[in-house]
Amino acid sequence: MPTVAGSGAAHLRGEEALLSVEDLVVEYRTSAGVVQAVSKVSFDVLPGETLGIVGESGCGKSTTGRAVLRLDTITSGRIRFRDRAIEQLGDRDMRALRREMQMIFQDPIGSLNPRRPVRELVVEGLAVAGASKKAQEEAAGRVLAAVGLADERFRDLRARRLSGGQAQRVAIARALAVEPQLLICDEPVSALDVSVQAQILNLVEDLKRDLGLTVVFIAHDLSVVRTVSDRVMVMYLGKVCEYGEPESVYAHPAHPYTRALLDSVPQPDTVDGFSGPALEGDLPSPLSPPSGCRFRTRCPRADEQCATEEPQVREIRQGQFAACHHPLPVPDVPVASGGAAVPAVPVAAG
Amino acid sequence: MTQIDILDQTGGALAESVPSEPVVPVVRQRRSFSVGLSYLWLGLVVALAALVPLLPVSDFDIAAGDPRLSPGFGPFDLLLGTDNFGRSILSRILYGGRVSLVIGLVAGVLAFVIGTFLGLLAGYFGRWVDAVITYVTDALLAFPPLILLLSISAVTKPSLFTLCVGLTILVIPSFVRLSRANTIAWRSREFVRAARNMGATSPRIMRREILPNVLPTVASYLPLVIASLIVAEGSLSFLGLGIPAPTPSWGGMISEGKDSLSDSPHLTLIPALVVFLTVFALNQIGDSLRARFDRTAAD
Repeated sequence: MPTVAGSGAAHLRGEEALLSVEDLVVEYRTSAGVVQAVSKVSFDVLPGETLGIVGESGCGKSTTGRAVLRLDTITSGRIRFRDRAIEQLGDRDMRALRREMQMIFQDPIGSLNPRRPVRELVVEGLAVAGASKKAQEEAAGRVLAAVGLADERFRDLRARRLSGGQAQRVAIARALAVEPQLLICDEPVSALDVSVQAQILNLVEDLKRDLGLTVVFIAHDLSVVRTVSDRVMVMYLGKVCEYGEPESVYAHPAHPYTRALLDSVPQPDTVDGFSGPALEGDLPSPLSPPSGCRFRTRCPRADEQCATEEPQVREIRQGQFAACHHPLPVPDVPVASGGAAVPAVPVAAG
Repeated sequence: MTQIDILDQTGGALAESVPSEPVVPVVRQRRSFSVGLSYLWLGLVVALAALVPLLPVSDFDIAAGDPRLSPGFGPFDLLLGTDNFGRSILSRILYGGRVSLVIGLVAGVLAFVIGTFLGLLAGYFGRWVDAVITYVTDALLAFPPLILLLSISAVTKPSLFTLCVGLTILVIPSFVRLSRANTIAWRSREFVRAARNMGATSPRIMRREILPNVLPTVASYLPLVIASLIVAEGSLSFLGLGIPAPTPSWGGMISEGKDSLSDSPHLTLIPALVVFLTVFALNQIGDSLRARFDRTAAD
């Protein structure tokens, strides 16, 4: 188990995981220097489970998703899918393995080639794999029906004539056509209208149940993640903050950042405003992240220890893990199911 | 793990029932008058040049009447008058059109194919592939075009083949740049990433995902390039470095007529007018195609 400064791996569950990521680091070279978009992130997903990854823009959640599929170059770390070490696979093996791990992208229209008709788009994976024309046609009918686009007229449409929701359905159909085991959804609904969001979320949910998919669901919308996830991972500036079951994480977050995220959700009643005080300041530059705990510059509980020593992920409560020197306690007042309605915990010293 | 039906304000209606096909009014494309005329002119020139052996005109290298006849009604052959040697200008214009159009088309299309391919490679692979291709392209662009053509003419005997080769080399860089820039714009699109995630190889991604998007943009510049190539061929022939006599070309005819510009201006003006109209038509067509197919900004 890692002893170096990092986010730690106390929350990993070992061998039975379908996907397991340890100490993943992804770096980008920019003209201003090297950016560590993902910095020693560890997590795992059991078969049939949905892991939700939340965090604000730039926290590295999408990069994490792409790195798992090797769509971004991995700097270091270990990624195991079933019993294959993804970071070590050659291009050829990786191409074959890609079809078992599919991704749904944030921009539904941008993820479809505008010059190709839907019937070609959805079976691209099979075409790459060299399936016969007949098999491709059958698969196209099957997956389009599965996502609710059975009507013949969709088949010859080109991507630019689809609505956002339709395009996302096509993208999901395309991912399903290759019968993957793992589906990584990178903000699949954030570009869609609320009513369409619900349809897409229900669709993913249904397909997951019917096909026994394992899902990694990346989003910045807390309520969306809560709805779909069996486990939630909160990320901040390339690090894991908190990990656990959504019920406990949402009801009594251990990490001040999770608390702040939950507090920033607007209340349905306009009189109440937001759930809690707003987070101060901006995301620090990822070019020179703060020493110690990366959240300390905005954290109400930060002290000297946070500046010098990087917190490891550790079990705070049963099944709830956080990387924090001063985790928040469970509030004394038992709270109703709506986790976002928890009153802000008074700042405790040290 | 719950279904969020509260949010589904359509009651699932959108997901379940598919409405009947909506009636979309046909959008009428506004056609420009000058572009229509341009197509007409170009069609006429191409058709006549292609069919010239079947037309009732004399050959381009024999005298059809007295020297330097003015254009006028009379025999079809002498419609545009005769040149210094009494050869039919109409016949020479049409035979010359074959040379000019073939050179423009062959060099243009060759450069289009080669340039698009190189630009695709440079834009897709980046790194050293891009560095090498961009370097060579820039060097070629920095080289004065006339000097390049003059040196090619000096080294080899001017012929249709060498002219085509020289002019092709001359315009490859513009296609490379266009294709490279477009490839870079399309390469970072999400659907390319999606294709890679389907296990598609780089050649397949280039062929199936990027090329179909790059091609219309680059191809819509082809008429513009052909127009400039016709002018370039004209300039070379004017300098006496084009197709050797007696085979006519438009530039060559302008050159032959320039000495008698004061007394028989039609020797120069007729081929000049034909070149002007053809190049103008090509530019008009190119612009309209570009407006229609260059979706770099629109998408």
